[in-house]
Amino acid sequence: MHITDILVTGEPIIYGAMVSMVLVGIALLFLLTYFKKWGWLWREWLTTVDHKKIGVMYILSALLMLFRGGVDAMMMRVQLAFPDLGFLNSQHYNEIFTTHGTIMIIFMAMPFLIGLMNIIVPLQIGARDFAFPYLNALSFWSFFFGMALFNISFVIGGAPDAGWTSYTPLSGAAMSPGPGQNFYLMGLQLSGIGTLATGINLMVTILKMRAPGMKLFHMPIFTWSTLVTSFIIVFAFPILTVALALLTLDRIFGSQFFTLTGEGMPMMWANLFWMWGHPEVYIVILPAFGIFSEVIATFAKKRLFGYNVMVWSMIVIALLSFLVWVHHFFTMGAGAFVNSIFSISTMLIAVPTGVKIFNWLATLYKSKIEFTVPMMWSLAFIPSFILGGVTGVMLGMAAADYQFHNSYFLIAHFHYVLIAGTVFACFAGLTFWYPKMFGHKMNERIGKWAFWLFFFGFHVCFFPQYFLGLDGMPRRLFITNVAEWLPLNVISTVGAFGMGLGFMVFVYNVYYSFRYSERETTGDSWNGNGRTLEWATTTPVPYYNFATVPYVDEIDPYLRMKEEGKTTYEESELKPIHMPSYTAQPILFMALLGLASFGLVFEWMYVAIFGLIGGVIMMIVRSFDYDDGYYVPVDEIKRTEKKARGL
Amino acid sequence: MAAEELKTGPLEYRTQEGQMGIMGFWIFLGAEVVLFATLFATYAVLYGRTADAPVPGELFEPGIVLIMTFLLLTSSFTCGLAIHEMRRGSVKGLTIWMSITLALGLGFLGFEIYEFVHYAHLGATMQSSAFWSAFFTLAGTHGLHVTLGIGWAILLLIQIRKRGLTNVTSRKFFIISLYWHFLDVIWIFIFTSVYLIGMVL
Ligand code: HEM
Ligand SMILES: [Cu+2]
Repeated sequence: MHITDILVTGEPIIYGAMVSMVLVGIALLFLLTYFKKWGWLWREWLTTVDHKKIGVMYILSALLMLFRGGVDAMMMRVQLAFPDLGFLNSQHYNEIFTTHGTIMIIFMAMPFLIGLMNIIVPLQIGARDFAFPYLNALSFWSFFFGMALFNISFVIGGAPDAGWTSYTPLSGAAMSPGPGQNFYLMGLQLSGIGTLATGINLMVTILKMRAPGMKLFHMPIFTWSTLVTSFIIVFAFPILTVALALLTLDRIFGSQFFTLTGEGMPMMWANLFWMWGHPEVYIVILPAFGIFSEVIATFAKKRLFGYNVMVWSMIVIALLSFLVWVHHFFTMGAGAFVNSIFSISTMLIAVPTGVKIFNWLATLYKSKIEFTVPMMWSLAFIPSFILGGVTGVMLGMAAADYQFHNSYFLIAHFHYVLIAGTVFACFAGLTFWYPKMFGHKMNERIGKWAFWLFFFGFHVCFFPQYFLGLDGMPRRLFITNVAEWLPLNVISTVGAFGMGLGFMVFVYNVYYSFRYSERETTGDSWNGNGRTLEWATTTPVPYYNFATVPYVDEIDPYLRMKEEGKTTYEESELKPIHMPSYTAQPILFMALLGLASFGLVFEWMYVAIFGLIGGVIMMIVRSFDYDDGYYVPVDEIKRTEKKARGL
Repeated sequence: MAAEELKTGPLEYRTQEGQMGIMGFWIFLGAEVVLFATLFATYAVLYGRTADAPVPGELFEPGIVLIMTFLLLTSSFTCGLAIHEMRRGSVKGLTIWMSITLALGLGFLGFEIYEFVHYAHLGATMQSSAFWSAFFTLAGTHGLHVTLGIGWAILLLIQIRKRGLTNVTSRKFFIISLYWHFLDVIWIFIFTSVYLIGMVL
């Protein structure tokens, strides 16, 4: 494609988006310059290797992506409620459901959860950072540039339009020429590298850097969920890497993996995609389970019921998640035998999931529940998620799936698990740990408004879709003016806007709380109900996390520490703390790979080669880099802790 | 980030950083196993789908593949000797054996490139059919790994000249030896399931 015609033209909505992006960009540049914040941004954030700051950057990006994906969703809902308006044409509709799905899963759900893991996991296990802080920064920037690359597609070059599943042969070079599909491939590939690295990083961190005495079965349940998720990441993501690479070879270098010529096999894509894709849905739900478990135990003020069973059920779910992928294409014609096998394995997953549900209920049983905002998200999760799970089992019955497949019934199913599971958990976790991150809570009253709007909006939006599906409305269809479908579609759209409103109130709450919330004085923010080590740190958390790391030999160690008056600051045990230095290498490295990916998208090979060589040079620079950090002297620790603890 | 250092045991395991680096690399190799397993599966699925291009039995020749196998297996052995020398504290032994390893690796690569070019002349390229796409991608990915390994080891050889054996340099060499042995294992699978089967079936 020539450089002069890469801007997408002819769509008023896209022009609007371009103008607003340019305006926001100029405003940001202006503000940074006006308040002289460039140096601060570079020194404190862009070059940081501190897991807490990286986590915050992940979450901010994820919220931005929730906004972008949300706008896509609203546009689809407007089109579906008013099909005669001609709001979107079919091409534009295809692009929007593609970017919506991809962004929500890859660039919203995963980074949001990984952001929370970044901040919380080291604090929960008494570690001072990740095992590989440099690699952690690298992961973040690879996600960030992957995200940026994917997101600019709709103004430069054209957005991908073959669905988030990108099935071949539709997504191959013959049927989808041009850069659109390449944006999908390169954006996911780039951010996928980072996800894999994060999986390895978290695994080593959790296995090797726990507080003295802390056995695996003493770990907080969120840390457990992170460990299990990391396993899934390490074993699932390489499959995606290969699938994307093969399709890239097909599209750019003319190979024949998924083509209709040269005896290629388009259906192999579906297999590869879902061999990663189904584990992926558990990558985004297991951490959510972990968050709910923490929140429920905290506000039910009880130890999590059946801790061991909770852990084992996660492990079983993780193993099973690799054995069910065919349920995404029962209708492909694999035959009754194969379908039956996968039907059974699919339904098996409901067993450990059900076990977890009962454990949450048992934790709540006869407890004095404190109805804080994070708790409300968690309580709302249980019944909502059950609806998603039960319909999942219905879809899992291969014979019945011939009816449900690719209808709105399916759409309702996965939104019930992904929103009531993952998104509720993101909101619950963010609100719950907010004081740890920013030194003040989110306003509870506004938080409840956001919760109720989003909760009702969600059910109004997606419950009718089960019935639309049963009435035969297919997914990914832009003209839906069939009389029987219209009323439910209108209701659904109303609900969608309710959720949009809820999100806006949530974001407003960030601003409101920043201005008006009381600043935290203790580290144990939720009325002293904290149970695990993150609450034992001061708020805001010092950059080295723990002045002294406590000895841990039980679940919920902070409860006993409080009884015995122990803290994470034992003056007699202080030693200098070893910390990694900040570095600009990760952002530069990934910016270069981002450039290479951009070159590949447009098949400008010189740009791609230039970027790749740059990447290799950055690797060489890293190899010769023997900077092994610095020591925080005892005096400085004393000063910091005394100030934070008001001693 | 503990800075305590053990006083005994192999250098690369003495610091927690060293231990974590090695463990992280083992996990990474686990991911690599999945990556290659996917490529093998792809190859198996597309086996025989040669379209108008030649079939593998016509092109694969035992001679050259045996030489390649011999070179790579020997290089794995010399790589083991290099680490053995490292454990004995001999920079010189490490350097010599590692250099031999690299020379053997380069030899392997040379033959592989020759082989690919040869096939291309006979009408089997990445583009000619699904089978050949899978073949070149599988073998090529392995070859690319070998290339990266050679480049990486050269960087380490420069570092060891400057810094001698330390916790860090010996960790780096130990890790690249794991990588090198891993590539050897992958090659054994390629040799058997691609070349041997391709010549017989
Ligand atoms: C009890 C557990 C579950 C069962 C039995 C189940 C079953 C299924 C089945 C059979 C399908 C394919 C239906 C079809 O295409 O016709 C499906 C689709 C899907 N499920 Fe689930 N599921 C479960 C839980 C989850 C969870 C926890 C998530 C994510 C958090 C999830 C996310 C999805 C997504 C994203 C799709 C559709 C993807 C697409 O086609 O675009 N599911 N599920
Ligand atoms: Cu699935």
